[in-house]
Formats: sequence, C-alpha cells, structure tokens
Amino acid sequence: MTLWWIGNVVLIAVIAPVVVVLLRGVLGATRSIVPKVDRIAAVAADASRDLDAVPLLLTTQSQVARTIEVVGDYGGSLNTILDDA
Amino acid sequence: MPAVLALDAAPAVTLVAVVVIIAVLVAYLVAVILQLRRISAGLDVVAGSVGELVSKTEPVGQVVHTINGQLDAGVDLLEGLLVRKAGLEDAVGLVDGLYPGAAAAGFRQFKGSATARPPRIGETYTRGTLTLARLGREAPIATANPAGPAIRNASASSSASRRLYGDPRKGVHRSPAIGVGAPVQYAPDEDVGGPRKHLPSRES
Repeated sequence: MTLWWIGNVVLIAVIAPVVVVLLRGVLGATRSIVPKVDRIAAVAADASRDLDAVPLLLTTQSQVARTIEVVGDYGGSLNTILDDA
Repeated sequence: MPAVLALDAAPAVTLVAVVVIIAVLVAYLVAVILQLRRISAGLDVVAGSVGELVSKTEPVGQVVHTINGQLDAGVDLLEGLLVRKAGLEDAVGLVDGLYPGAAAAGFRQFKGSATARPPRIGETYTRGTLTLARLGREAPIATANPAGPAIRNASASSSASRRLYGDPRKGVHRSPAIGVGAPVQYAPDEDVGGPRKHLPSRES
C-alpha cells in the first residue's frame, strides 16, 4: 500500500505537470502558426494582384519589336548617309 | 456500503488522477486540432494565391527572354554602326563622354573595346565623332542624360550646335556676304540679262 501511495504522488506531482507543460507547449506553437499563415495568405493575395499587369508585357514586347525595327531603319539610313571611319 | 463500491483510498486517488490527466489531454488535444484546422484553411488560401502567382508568372520568362533578344539585336546594331562610323576608340570615347565610366564595360561585340583608351571627345573632335555627337548627345532625347544636360537646347538647337564646331573664321566678324550690309559692295553689273561675253572654259 505504501508503494501505491508513492505511485500516486509521482503521478500527481510529476507526470501530470509534465503532461500539462508539454500540451501547453504544443498548443502555444500551434496557435502561433495561425497568424503567420494568415499574413502569408494576405501577402500572397497582394502579390497575385500585383501581377495583374503581367499581360502588359506582351504589349511591351510588341512595342520593343517595333522600336527595334525603327532603330534598324534609322541605322540603315545613317549607314548610307554617314561616312565610315 | 456495497462491496463493489468499497475501494481503498490509494486506488481511488490513482483513478481520479488518471481521469483528470485524460481530461486535460482531451482538452488540449481538441484545442490543438481546432488550431490545426484553422491552419489548414489558411494554407488552402495560400495555395490558391500561389497557384495564381505561378499561372500569372508563367509567360514572363519567355516574354522577357524575347524582349532581351530584341534589345540585344538593337544594341548590337547600334554598337556596330557606331564603331563602323566613328572607329572603335572614338566610339568608346563618345559613349564614355555621354555616360562617364561606360567605357570600362566596352562594347559586347568588339573584343578589346573595354581596354581601348577612350579619347576625350570634348577636346578631340573628328568629323565622324562630331557627326555622331550631333546625332546623339545633342538630341533632345538626351536631356535626361546622367552626365548632365544635353548640349543641344531643343528650343535653340542651331546656336548650341554651332558652338560644337570650330569657327573657321575665328576672330573675323561674321558679316553677311551679300546684301546692303555686306562689307564689299559690287557695282551692279551692267550687262545683266545680256549675252555672255566670255564663255566658260571647258576642261579638256
């Protein structure tokens, strides 16, 4: 019977507090993840919104192509009217 | 008291302690599960946004690659034209005059251009250099030149560009060559409109 009481004391004084501490740690870590995920979600949504202008790159591409064509035309003209070094 | 409920104090305490521990375990684990569900829902939102990011940025690489290729072709064209018309050293000097320090990078298509010693275009004027300078730095488009304001004032470009050239009649008053203000006045030709007295000699 004495050993049983000793076991009870160990159960209540050691095991139970350790279990509570561990569980509180897990719960605290889990709770700290939630706001971070929320912030990441907000940032990802903003970043996705920022990329709405990406299709304009196609316009830029065509404009660059036209500009280079014009530069090429000017270059050809300059090559004709200017003397070589 | 019935025999079934007759329990010693020690086992009873053990039973109570175990029940309490299990209850605490359940409470905390339920709380953890709830938080994990919130995290899972948040990650679903993140995954959706990241998917949008991926789909939106998918064509960027190809488009930018194409734009870079076109710009490379333009740069090669202009560099080639500049070197052909001004010569390698003057071309490097001209670029360095427009963008100080750019000579260190040299031209991509011309080996040795990075080590070429750029002439000081502001002092060394050659025909080709001046022509190209007039086309380049004088242009109104160069008003935002990092080296400073463009030589040419778009609103008074002729006087600005004249200053580029050495005046062959330096020190001589620039008077009109003809007209009532000309330094030399010629008597009106009497036979204006008449037949020519002397035919111009023919070169044999």
